[in-house]
Amino acid sequence: MGAAVTSDVALDRVKSARGLLVAPLGIAALAFGIFRLVDSTDLSTVEERNLAWEVVRPQILDHLYLTFWSTVLVIVIAVPLGIVLTRPGYKRFSGPVLAVATSGQALPAYGLVVLAFALMGRGQWSMIWALVLFALLPVLRNTMVGLEQVSASVIEAGRGMGLTRRQALTKIELPLAVPVILAGVRTALVINVGMATLGFLIGAGGLGIGISSGIKLSRELVIVVYAALTAVVALSVDWIASVIERVLRPKGL
Amino acid sequence: MIRLEAVSKTYPGTEVPAVEALDLEIPEGEILVLVGPSGCGKSTTLRLINRMIEPTGGRIIFDGEDVTSVNPDHLRRRIGYVIQQIGLFPHQTIAQNIATVPKLLGWDKQQIPRRVDELMDMVGLDPSLYRDRYPKELSGGQAQRVGVARALGADPAVLLMDEPFGAIDPITRDRLQNEFLRLQEELQKTIVFVTHDIDEAIKMGDRIAILRERSHIAQFDTPERILAFPVDDFVRDFIGDGSTLKGLVFERVRDLDLDDDYPVVHASDDRAMARQTLDASDERWLLVLDDEDRPVRWVNDGHLARTDVPLTELGPPVVATVAPQATLHDALEEMLLSNAGQACVVDGQGRFQGIVDIDTLAQVLRRLRASAKKHYDDLAATEGS
Repeated sequence: MGAAVTSDVALDRVKSARGLLVAPLGIAALAFGIFRLVDSTDLSTVEERNLAWEVVRPQILDHLYLTFWSTVLVIVIAVPLGIVLTRPGYKRFSGPVLAVATSGQALPAYGLVVLAFALMGRGQWSMIWALVLFALLPVLRNTMVGLEQVSASVIEAGRGMGLTRRQALTKIELPLAVPVILAGVRTALVINVGMATLGFLIGAGGLGIGISSGIKLSRELVIVVYAALTAVVALSVDWIASVIERVLRPKGL
Repeated sequence: MIRLEAVSKTYPGTEVPAVEALDLEIPEGEILVLVGPSGCGKSTTLRLINRMIEPTGGRIIFDGEDVTSVNPDHLRRRIGYVIQQIGLFPHQTIAQNIATVPKLLGWDKQQIPRRVDELMDMVGLDPSLYRDRYPKELSGGQAQRVGVARALGADPAVLLMDEPFGAIDPITRDRLQNEFLRLQEELQKTIVFVTHDIDEAIKMGDRIAILRERSHIAQFDTPERILAFPVDDFVRDFIGDGSTLKGLVFERVRDLDLDDDYPVVHASDDRAMARQTLDASDERWLLVLDDEDRPVRWVNDGHLARTDVPLTELGPPVVATVAPQATLHDALEEMLLSNAGQACVVDGQGRFQGIVDIDTLAQVLRRLRASAKKHYDDLAATEGS
């Protein structure tokens, strides 16, 4: 019976590993599709100027820069905040803080970007802070939910053996909350990739520049290519996150 | 070892204390069972000892030291703790779980794996099979064994167990209880064991404290004495019907004064001899032994009238036999099966030693009750004087 259990676990791992390989194939296919589309089309000068690698590349890099830093900040802010709000004595603040985080996500994205511009002016960091506010909620909420779903008896057993509060948090609660927290981070990442397309509005760059030019110039090909590139970035980022999630997820869960 | 002095706990916002001025001396090297109805404060009492719940009054003395205000985390590392839900860490292997307290105490790196293997052997889990497994791969019974091994991790002198076998199916529970009692014979830990099940209390306890509301001790004594002499109606109601019968479990056949002049004949004796023996006694049944003194048949007056059958084929065969190490409870069961309403005590070779009957049991029970009552009368007398 023991052996059967072990092999079931192993089988699950093989299955999910196979799942992880499917996504990059799809992403590669999409990227190749874009390339073939551009390659096989007779490009006009305008299109050529907008689709040149030297134009696309900095937009992709800016896009990744916005996504990366906003997500890092979200984690740095939301995870500790979530930890504090689940400690006894601070639980009563969780309602108001969640309300603020929810309103961050409930504000129209466009309005939030404009607000960031009004407060901090043009530039990438204005956009990054707008993204942070927008994506705070999923990470904060998942951190709190992840910590709260850790079975009380596991914590009781740990404390009963002489783990300090801090040790119970770092050795038991956080590792057991990791899968839920990471799911929140993944959501934040995907939100940020999508939202970063609005960065061009306040001079933060990103793939939104290309999309916007396509619209202004009425070049459907340009719009499609940039939209598809955004999808490629979103899917890649999500895939990387899923790999990280797999690596960090504690065994035995 | 551990003494509670007027310990109480009143939760904030409540008037009535959950535990009120409890004095409790926990006997060293024994299992003390705290038992009582739901809400009597037995779990709270247990958790006051390792200060998972902070007392609001009184003192806790551990090894002669007042630990009421020492660092509770350090205190808990010296006290094993087992709870009903077990609470194994799901993200750690069995070995890591068991190593928890030794690691907290900063044991030597080489020493810990040795200790883990030793503990797994102790609770009957093969280390090579289970060491690297995760809790979710274990059955309920196995998980509880790991729970016990983990609590014993750093060899604490004291173990607190809160309904440790409460969530396990009856058959496995019985096995775990027996294994645990065997383990305790070796380890001689000071154990405080909480349960709501009086039968578990009787089985596991060297001593039982029956608690009523606010953790007041209704009776504190050995299970034998509690069964023989419940001090009041609360205890009587709590231990329930059949407590007298339960008490028979603690008495052994070998400790009885066996009736050794019971009328017996050997198979080789003649009919007249048998008749004479039966007539000479006031018993209704005569026991027929074979040449090696093993009981074979019960014979009465009516059977002896038949002369066409040998003695060894007369009357009902002897089915009810008990060994000297059997409990009186076993003896009673055998007795109820036997035609004569009596059980034959036989030694290891099956040789007849004597007879137990209902009268013998009744005598034992009367004696137990009388001696328990005398014990309490003496106590009352010393307190009075």
